[in-house]
Amino acid sequence: MTDSLFEIVEEPIDVEAIIEKVKRREAGAITTFMGTVREWTKGKRTVYLKYQAYKPMAVKMLTKIGDEIEEKWPNTKVAITHRIGHLDISDLAVVIAVSSPHRKAAYEANEYAIERIKQIVPIWKKEHWEDGETWIGDQLETAAYPSGSPNIKDV
Amino acid sequence: MIHILLFADLQEKVGKDQLELEEESISVKELKKKIKNEYGLLQLDQVMTAINEEYAMENDIVKSGDTVAFIPPVSGG
Repeated sequence: MTDSLFEIVEEPIDVEAIIEKVKRREAGAITTFMGTVREWTKGKRTVYLKYQAYKPMAVKMLTKIGDEIEEKWPNTKVAITHRIGHLDISDLAVVIAVSSPHRKAAYEANEYAIERIKQIVPIWKKEHWEDGETWIGDQLETAAYPSGSPNIKDV
Repeated sequence: MIHILLFADLQEKVGKDQLELEEESISVKELKKKIKNEYGLLQLDQVMTAINEEYAMENDIVKSGDTVAFIPPVSGG
């Protein structure tokens, strides 16, 4: 891990290090979100996951999410790290930290960040079950691609 | 020469993570059609395309030297 605010890494994520990146004297709140590997999804048992990324573009898109947040919630600071490669149950897949002078912006911006990650960041998850494996496509609960094809305005 | 990057199920279907295409200039739409026919990648209709790490539209033009990535629906987070 480096000092950079937006990273794709292959080793386990150090949450404290991500929080340190957004700590500031003017902040009165820091929210963190941790996305972890879930064992059961709709009755199916996951043994482990593999994440793949288009790394340079993924970093670019994470940076873009940071820019969007700065515009929507001025005076917030965001750091996002996503892990790729082999992840076991309960491992941290993504950590988002947001600091702001007051808590509301930190909560809102943090939720915005994870929703945007699920829309625009080129990272793919492959589920490995006891009896097989498959790449998981779009998993937004809002049916982002109702026509069956991606919508450029989400980007 | 256009460089093409494949990920996730596209990569597995083709058996490679990169392709190269001898073209001077071609629209995203035409490029997709070509690759789709050549490799039987029906799912290309559902993927986004990036040119040089930026999302592109179907009518955008890819030029020799560009890197194109086909981006299946993402599942990070």
